[in-house]
Amino acid sequence: MITIAVQAADFDTGQEIRQLQADRTDVGGIAIFTGQVRDTGDKPLGFMHLEHYPGMTEASLQQTAEQAAQRWPLIDIRIVHRIGDLLPGDQIVFVGVSSIHREAAFNACEFIMDHLKTHAPFWKKEYYRDGSTQWVEAKNTDQQRNARWDQHN
Amino acid sequence: MKILFFGNLREQLGTGEIELPLAPGTNNIAELLEALKQRGSEWQQALSAGSLLCAVNQTMATRDTLLEDSDEVALFPPVTGG
Repeated sequence: MITIAVQAADFDTGQEIRQLQADRTDVGGIAIFTGQVRDTGDKPLGFMHLEHYPGMTEASLQQTAEQAAQRWPLIDIRIVHRIGDLLPGDQIVFVGVSSIHREAAFNACEFIMDHLKTHAPFWKKEYYRDGSTQWVEAKNTDQQRNARWDQHN
Repeated sequence: MKILFFGNLREQLGTGEIELPLAPGTNNIAELLEALKQRGSEWQQALSAGSLLCAVNQTMATRDTLLEDSDEVALFPPVTGG
């Protein structure tokens, strides 16, 4: 089953994992990824604003999850992505995947993150403590990482 | 036709949404971009970026995607979520 959430509120990683475990006995492994706001640039970060395209965002994440489900034998997929103003250290994204075996779970989790970063309509803007601002630029390395999945089908 | 702008593009244009009738001769995204560039120097500059992405009815589209007056078009810079 695919579960998608786009929300301003924080999420509980433990709760998300428990949802993937549920009451099932056929889950052999769960792979998760959580991303958070980092403050590693030249200028100290005050906060980050995450803008999105309501409607398309949810549809895009759903399509990403469906592609993963077609590619690997998965049981459940959960994606949570936050929007709005986030502080350094705040959680941004959760991806959790359950499967019978770990290989599918590891691969699908990584694929979903790579695909999400290059397809889901989110835009980050950084607000620095000195009052200046900067839109985050898309990285070529993210495109390259995602392109790897097209090469080894 | 509803046209939405997001991210840095929205700030450059000073608007997040405009409503326009689909003009004769504007059949696809590339032609829509050319028409929008006529709205002023900010539009000309902001919409000239080759990296600009577009969606039609909330699905990723390309420069040659055909348009209808009832479509919701969105234009935006490369995405940076995750």
